[in-house]
Amino acid sequence: MADPWYVLSAVLVSAAVTWTLRAAPFAMLAPLRHSALLAYIGDRMPVGVMVILSAYTLRETDLVVLTSAGPAALALAITIGLHLWRGSMTLSIFAGTATYVVITSILAT
Amino acid sequence: MQVMEMETGCGEPAGAREEVAAGWRTVLPACVAVVPLALALGVLVVQSGLAWWWAPVFGAVVFAGSMEFLLVGLLAAAAPLAQIAVSTLLVNFRHVFYAISFPLHRVHGRGWKAYSTFALTDEAYALTATPEAAGWSRTRILSIQAFFHLAWVLCVAAGAGLGSLIPPQVVGLDFAVTALFVVLGIEAYKVRRSVPISALALGCAIVAALISRDNMLLIAMGMFCAALVCSYVLAARRSSRG
Repeated sequence: MADPWYVLSAVLVSAAVTWTLRAAPFAMLAPLRHSALLAYIGDRMPVGVMVILSAYTLRETDLVVLTSAGPAALALAITIGLHLWRGSMTLSIFAGTATYVVITSILAT
Repeated sequence: MQVMEMETGCGEPAGAREEVAAGWRTVLPACVAVVPLALALGVLVVQSGLAWWWAPVFGAVVFAGSMEFLLVGLLAAAAPLAQIAVSTLLVNFRHVFYAISFPLHRVHGRGWKAYSTFALTDEAYALTATPEAAGWSRTRILSIQAFFHLAWVLCVAAGAGLGSLIPPQVVGLDFAVTALFVVLGIEAYKVRRSVPISALALGCAIVAALISRDNMLLIAMGMFCAALVCSYVLAARRSSRG
């Protein structure tokens, strides 16, 4: 599929941004430590980013079509329910994904 | 103090092998914990239509778990490089805070420091977030990071190998990414049990999807960050008035 140069550029861009985020703060640690705004945002950002990413990965799901929204809703319920109950990341992800794969694969045939 | 410097300073002590072993013991549970995730990433890369060897390249070069998953999706959607850069910035922004406690002062030498910051993953941060880690040797810290890096790349490659064995009738494996983000979201929620923040983020995502499904990630993250800045300014103004 994709042009290898495009994939390679994407990998390099992503790696460069990640490395900068990891390394730069050591150079400017002192002002960072005292930025109240950064602390405020950093504290609240992770949960919001994860909610947005979850929604983004489901963007092709059609909410009014039962065969599209149904498996997603069930798999989400299983993932969230298991995670709140057992608290094991591996189990929650595996069970949720397995549910989704089985239902959508059966529906696709 | 001087004794400590001599033991763990630039010239590595004779106990380097023990230090590597200590690093291995520290990192082993984390390596085991990410095996399923790494396998899933490898499978996903192959399923998305990329050549299998991209999987270990992602693992080795990007080396940021959730971002690698997202990257597969962004590549499949042929997202522009600017969107990939901004997505990485937002998804990995949390790393900015790891510098506060990571014991980089124990890692001497420019090259080693460069690798140590490159491999400063969530797991490396978590394993060195204990007070005693501030006294660990360079060998031990780098062993932890390098073993984790190696384990990740090998498992991602293994996953890519497995992925090519999965018949095309099996669909929907990309839900693993959704489940990963949902679970990480629940873990993040536990830190600060705030329903308004989660609701705000969901609202941003829905509005962004209605505006443009292709650009929903950037629009939603932008709106969410702007809303956080506004709420900070409002809170600061309120507290200065009260």
